[in-house]
Amino acid sequence: MDFEFLSQTFLKLLHGIPVTLELATLSLMLGACLALAFAVIRVRRIRPLNWLVIGYVYVFRGTPLLVQLFIIYYGLAQFPEIRSSFAWTYLREPYWCALLALTLNTAAYGSEILRGALLSVPRGQIMAARACGMSGLLLFRRISFPIALRQALPAYGNEFILMIKATSLASLVTLADVTGIAARIIAETYRPVEVFVAAGTIYLALSYGLILLVRLAEIRLNPDQREPAPGAGVSAARKEVNP
Amino acid sequence: MNQMTPPAQPPAVSVRGLRKRYGALEVLKGIDFDAHRGEVVSILGSSGSGKSTLLRCINMLEIPEDGTVTVDGTEIELVAQRGGGRRPADTRAMDRMRARIGMVFQDFNLWSHKTVLGNVIEAPTHVQKRPRAECIAEARTLLDKVGIADKADQYPSRLSGGQQQRAAIARALAMKPAVMLFDEPTSALDPELVGEVLRVIRALAEEGRTMLIVTHEVGFARDISDTVIFMNEGVIEESGPPEEVFAAGNNTRLARFIEG
Repeated sequence: MDFEFLSQTFLKLLHGIPVTLELATLSLMLGACLALAFAVIRVRRIRPLNWLVIGYVYVFRGTPLLVQLFIIYYGLAQFPEIRSSFAWTYLREPYWCALLALTLNTAAYGSEILRGALLSVPRGQIMAARACGMSGLLLFRRISFPIALRQALPAYGNEFILMIKATSLASLVTLADVTGIAARIIAETYRPVEVFVAAGTIYLALSYGLILLVRLAEIRLNPDQREPAPGAGVSAARKEVNP
Repeated sequence: MNQMTPPAQPPAVSVRGLRKRYGALEVLKGIDFDAHRGEVVSILGSSGSGKSTLLRCINMLEIPEDGTVTVDGTEIELVAQRGGGRRPADTRAMDRMRARIGMVFQDFNLWSHKTVLGNVIEAPTHVQKRPRAECIAEARTLLDKVGIADKADQYPSRLSGGQQQRAAIARALAMKPAVMLFDEPTSALDPELVGEVLRVIRALAEEGRTMLIVTHEVGFARDISDTVIFMNEGVIEESGPPEEVFAAGNNTRLARFIEG
């Protein structure tokens, strides 16, 4: 292996990190907002939106992200209505198409994670909140959502990592993310092994950083699991509340 | 034990003609009773007699099909809803009423993402919207009163069952409720932890608080109650001062219940 070439490639690929990170961050943030809205619609069974969300999740989880990206990028251009609408200023740009595909995809997975988390909030704790006079948004904001978030975090951390890697598909609609730049260098040099090793190392580093962030968030949100309690004895451990 | 309040005041809790059914099963078959201010009422009965359901109907955690509940002179209006049953006419009014009723559950139901102190100040700061500093000061006094001042910054999962239940009592008291409801407060506890919770409840009774207690602790009920209600299959079979109810001897079901 040519280490000189490897390190040169590595430095070139670093220029793709902003695009990769931006796509991942934006799609995850927008996707999480959509996912929360969808999860609430599912849990509250708000009809007929409920049915739409079920169909949406089914379609976006049941088809490859690459197919979704191509349909958005190549498919939407076929409709004159879209080409003449204001949305076209965005949808003709590969960047926005990739962002849209990634967002819609992660929203589908995220909504299922959050739905499960919301359903796992112990009924007794919600009842206690109702008994204190809480309801609606206040109850959701102060009780249900914080408890669900702690439940969802490990699974959602998984989704973060999957999305970092999924951004590499954006290179197939011409974006110059890490994989996009890698593909260009390979086309110029015909040396795929070194280039992909370098690209893989960058994704590995990004994922590692993300894993650390999720872990930190978990520790911060669950201070009770940080270290063994000084005062609580055997009976506390045995008498775990389990409604 | 408490003196009875002057009869001029309206009862703290007044229940009339209360009926509740789950599908074909009628759990409450027309319940009438009053709890006066400062009165401690114990509700006894075997499981399935409807006593917990009765308690939950008082703060509308269960919505009764028929009958009225009046707390502190305010009745919660219920209206028929499509597809059977009823719903509160004004959910804000219901929330306001619930904020005036403290409830202690069998399974404690402390909020797991908050410390003990966080649990106690949550509703006073966010439902009653009182100043945070004032709520914290009051919460510390309450935690001291139930004997877990040193646990204020612990999370519920680190506490024993008895400590959790005492924290839950402090949480209910923090709202300065007009009535306290206890739903089998010691049934989920290990035997050696029952005493510490009963001691706290007894101290509250001696302060002259209005309390409704669903319990299996017959001796405890006899000791602290002004009124004992014995329920069976959705109706009140016996009710009155403990010495009368327990001395009656003419109700074989009650006798069998006391025997255990």
